[in-house]
Amino acid sequence: MLRAAQDCEHAGKLTTHSVWLILSLMENRYKNLDRTFAALGDPTRRAIVGSLARRASASVSELAAPFAIKLPAVMKHLGVLDEAGLITRSKTGRVVTVRLRPETMREAMAWLQSQERFWSKRLDKLTAYAERKELEAQSRK
Amino acid sequence: MTSLTLVRHIRAAPEIVFDAVTTADGIAHWWGPDAGPVLLSESDPRVGGKYRLRFRKLDDTEHECSGEFLVVDPPRRVVLTWRWTVGGADPGESRVEITLRAIGDGTELTFSHSLLQDESAARSHEGGWIGALRKLQAHFSRR
Repeated sequence: MLRAAQDCEHAGKLTTHSVWLILSLMENRYKNLDRTFAALGDPTRRAIVGSLARRASASVSELAAPFAIKLPAVMKHLGVLDEAGLITRSKTGRVVTVRLRPETMREAMAWLQSQERFWSKRLDKLTAYAERKELEAQSRK
Repeated sequence: MTSLTLVRHIRAAPEIVFDAVTTADGIAHWWGPDAGPVLLSESDPRVGGKYRLRFRKLDDTEHECSGEFLVVDPPRRVVLTWRWTVGGADPGESRVEITLRAIGDGTELTFSHSLLQDESAARSHEGGWIGALRKLQAHFSRR
């Protein structure tokens, strides 16, 4: 997305096509984020991700072991995590190995951090403004 | 349901902070992202009342955000919806909640911002994914 924006700047102006390109890239990015957060909204799926974070990889039955749910239910959760780009599954013989995909998580974190920066800056301004107002009120007393 | 919480200690009385958060004049002073001019600021701080803020950034782009007051409880608490109506990158409506508490030399302000894009997003906030993400961040930064 950034690169598309930079390309447009190099070209000196935003064409209709480049604006469309940026918007559609952004929309895709937010769709991905929605999927990531929706996938992480379920406690079982978070536990699966947490358990994968503690080791490099795990088989489906290893992942299923701590839960009181049947294997097909675990498979369904893994399907959602896979769709959201949070894990990869690879099959060797009869064993499916599951691994985390850190880049999706990093993207979600980067988005959260950008939100934090955005609001932090505003609250700094609010603080400065309110403190100025307080001083004004006190000097009037 | 919270996705982001920030706390500030402000050396001003809760009443003053509350006005800064809810009045058109107050909002105009802090909501804008940089030193660019505020083009319009309207606010009707009562339940169901609307606010609207339009500003021009130093890069000459114009932006507007607006929403509705859901809770107005001076000088303690205000809850509002918030969304970009012009020039914003963040789609969907979010919810901003600001609570104020009188402390020794002023006010403790707690700000929280949550997304309400859809049911599943709202549920996922309740589930506390932010905590999960934070824990996992430590893990990934080791790799």
